Amino acid sequence: MKSLLSTLVLTTALTMPGLAMARQVTLTTNLTSYGGDGAYLALYVTDASDTYVGTLWMAGGKSKYYNHLTGWYRATGGDTAQVNGITGASVGAGRSLEITLDLADALFDAGYTLHIDASVEDMRDSPNEVSVPLTSGGRGTLVKGRRYIADFSYDM
Amino acid sequence: MIRAFHRWPGLLALALVTVLALSGAALSVFPAADQLTAPQAEAGLTVAQLSERIQAVYPTVEQIRRAPSGRITAYWFENDSPGAAVIDPATGAGAGLADPNKVERWLTHFHRSLLLGDAGRLVMAVGALAMLILSVTGAALVARRAGGWRHWFAPLRGTAPGRLHVEIARIAVVGLVLSSVTALWMVAVTFEVLPENAAMPDFPAEVSGETGIAFADMAVIGITPVDTLRELSFPYPGDPTDVFTLKTDQGTGYLDQGTGALLAWADLSLWERTSETIYMLHTGQGATTLGLVLGIMALGVPLMGATGVLIWLAGRRGRPRIRGNSAKGRAETIVLVGSEGGSTWAFAATLHAALTQAGQSVHLAPMSALDPARYGRAERMIVLAATYGDGDAPASAKGFLDRLNALDRAPEIPLVVLGFGDRSYPAYCAFAKAVTAAAQAKGWPGLMAMGMIDRQSPQEFARWGRDLGQAMGIALDLIHQPVLPRTKALTLISRRDYGAEVQAPTAILRFALPRVSLWQRLAGQGFARFNAGDLIGILPEGSPVPRLYSLASARRDGFVEIVVKKHLGGLCSGQLTALEPGDTVTAFLRRNPDFQPRGDDGPLILIGAGTGIGPLAGFVRGNARQRPIHLFFGIRHPSSDFLYGEALRDWQSKGLLTRLITAVSRETQPQYVQDALRGDAAQVAQLIRDGARVMVCGGRDMAAGVADTLAEILAPAGLTPATLKAEGRYVEDVY
Repeated sequence: MKSLLSTLVLTTALTMPGLAMARQVTLTTNLTSYGGDGAYLALYVTDASDTYVGTLWMAGGKSKYYNHLTGWYRATGGDTAQVNGITGASVGAGRSLEITLDLADALFDAGYTLHIDASVEDMRDSPNEVSVPLTSGGRGTLVKGRRYIADFSYDM
Repeated sequence: MIRAFHRWPGLLALALVTVLALSGAALSVFPAADQLTAPQAEAGLTVAQLSERIQAVYPTVEQIRRAPSGRITAYWFENDSPGAAVIDPATGAGAGLADPNKVERWLTHFHRSLLLGDAGRLVMAVGALAMLILSVTGAALVARRAGGWRHWFAPLRGTAPGRLHVEIARIAVVGLVLSSVTALWMVAVTFEVLPENAAMPDFPAEVSGETGIAFADMAVIGITPVDTLRELSFPYPGDPTDVFTLKTDQGTGYLDQGTGALLAWADLSLWERTSETIYMLHTGQGATTLGLVLGIMALGVPLMGATGVLIWLAGRRGRPRIRGNSAKGRAETIVLVGSEGGSTWAFAATLHAALTQAGQSVHLAPMSALDPARYGRAERMIVLAATYGDGDAPASAKGFLDRLNALDRAPEIPLVVLGFGDRSYPAYCAFAKAVTAAAQAKGWPGLMAMGMIDRQSPQEFARWGRDLGQAMGIALDLIHQPVLPRTKALTLISRRDYGAEVQAPTAILRFALPRVSLWQRLAGQGFARFNAGDLIGILPEGSPVPRLYSLASARRDGFVEIVVKKHLGGLCSGQLTALEPGDTVTAFLRRNPDFQPRGDDGPLILIGAGTGIGPLAGFVRGNARQRPIHLFFGIRHPSSDFLYGEALRDWQSKGLLTRLITAVSRETQPQYVQDALRGDAAQVAQLIRDGARVMVCGGRDMAAGVADTLAEILAPAGLTPATLKAEGRYVEDVY
């Protein structure tokens, strides 16, 4: 477990290309036109026993709002070290977020689940907008979100 | 120094601060509107009861939030689609759309970042900082001008923009400081300079694993009143490991969905509490009245901006460029200037030019640059000193007295001091007097007695120049034109003559209104707007130095009227009293805002003698509101120089004038106006105790006599002319 985690953190935090036993994965998140400010999105992974493993991306730069990403905040205790170097801007309504990462092969087909929590200022918090198992077969499949995310897919 | 710190942020950040203030004022309305429109929960309603009601209507409710305005919003999912509504707490049913107000959101973004993201936030933070600097330096200036913080609300004098600027500022400054400090705090939190990490309890490791407890059986929310609620989040459907999350104004906790037990709790951290209070103070959310008050105060900012620019422009126009200023080590005459607004510099420039023309080498510098050790070739020093507020040093003279007192011994070159001031202030030329006293105490030799110039009088300055020239053994002609005024030709339409029999030939001269341009009319400049008590400057033929006369009419009277007494050998009065209808003179208008019967409808006591009746008669003529006016008028003989005699009786019969008391000096028992006052002491004292305003116009000796008499009359009531002057209730127009 520990080695897996460190691989994950290494690959996500430093996004080292060409790492052995890793593959390049593109995550695409399209937002609905929900009519509000830019959304904060936390993309993170839990294992088969629902234990937090690591964060892949944090869209939204102000850590004072992170407690509205309820699932992520509970899992990490709001630890901003988890998103060092993998933080970007919040995503506007109707826009899409595309990120490409090197993810360890071992993350796929092993019971890991990718979650996205979303939150918008002055609107509802939406933990677990998306939760999708990471499998080689699931690539390219569109997954609907609950409130702010129109659809999400990963490709490699 | 403070003035510079007020002026430059004000001018540079003017647009930014105005944008901040206007958008802030607009935003201040929303919390109040929210509170008025949102259905409020009844007193004593608990979170459990509210949740029950809402869940009965929306079974899939997943979050309930309460805004500081009392508005309750519920969020749910039904058939996989999200729903939200503002809730009427009495029924639990939806009572309106939960979508955020688009206008408010746009304004909020504009207010905090000009819609430009983080860069915009920083720009607006600079604006907030500018507002704070302006507030603090402005407050210091107001306090200094009024003569201390105790006199914060002392009556104001000066030009209309100056008065309006301070009038607004001394009320609005509280709100502006509060708004700008809280704004800076919020920016610091946003950029994580200050921490604001919500204290969240650790998520419970173990839960009961059961689900489905009734709200009524849940201990904590059963006793939590709705008005302390922030947010209640329901457990994720079908996940027995999830919990209820309750946020109140005390903190955050997790509740078991099977037993209702409080699994974990964290109080709000001190930082959170502080930040929430600051957020409330800034936005008015949860403090709507305060929000509205702050919004109204913010509306003063654009007005202060506009008047501030006018004040700055007026000061700039008055400051001349100095050509050919000698170095201090080579100059024969050192001229030091203590000026606040810049007008004394203009006099200094005139002196500099005249001395230079007379062959002198002159060094001109601010008083604060006093440096006797380096005046190697100087033969004399001339100090021109204005006064600020209650006798303080003006801006360019800061530190002069300290430097003087720190000298080992007084310089050997003789000193000349000339004070500039306004005789209607109690501290007339007080700083110049303090300089003279300090110099004498040091044993500094003087060249001539200290001179004083009242209200920038060019005549007095020219007279002083002749005295100075005599003392220096040169011919010195000081022709000072403060600001080149735009002159008009005034045509005489009628004249009435008085006083020839008592050796005081006097004329009431009435001129036609000159034509004014459209621009002047719109801007209220020049003869487009004037009142009795304002001044006109007449440029006599043969002299470039204007003579000032008080106006006896207002624009709405439809003519320009002055009262002129012919002085023996007087150039200007000679020409004026020789005018026949149809003749013209060259004149300009100068406002005299301090000598106006401003204020409420309280009684007026007008005191004047001779030609001093002019503006006072004008006030009576314009007294359409029939404010009580008691006029004390000193004349020589009723059959000869009773100026406005018939008109005054007419105005009295029409109720414009309450009482006319004359004092006649050429009778068997000569009476002066101060005698008439003394004869009426009881009523005068009573009127003043009741808030009457006293206005005195006439010769200097008469005014001094009146002040002494009033001091006598008022002593039993514990009042003095000085205290009345400080309150702005005793004003003089003296010549």
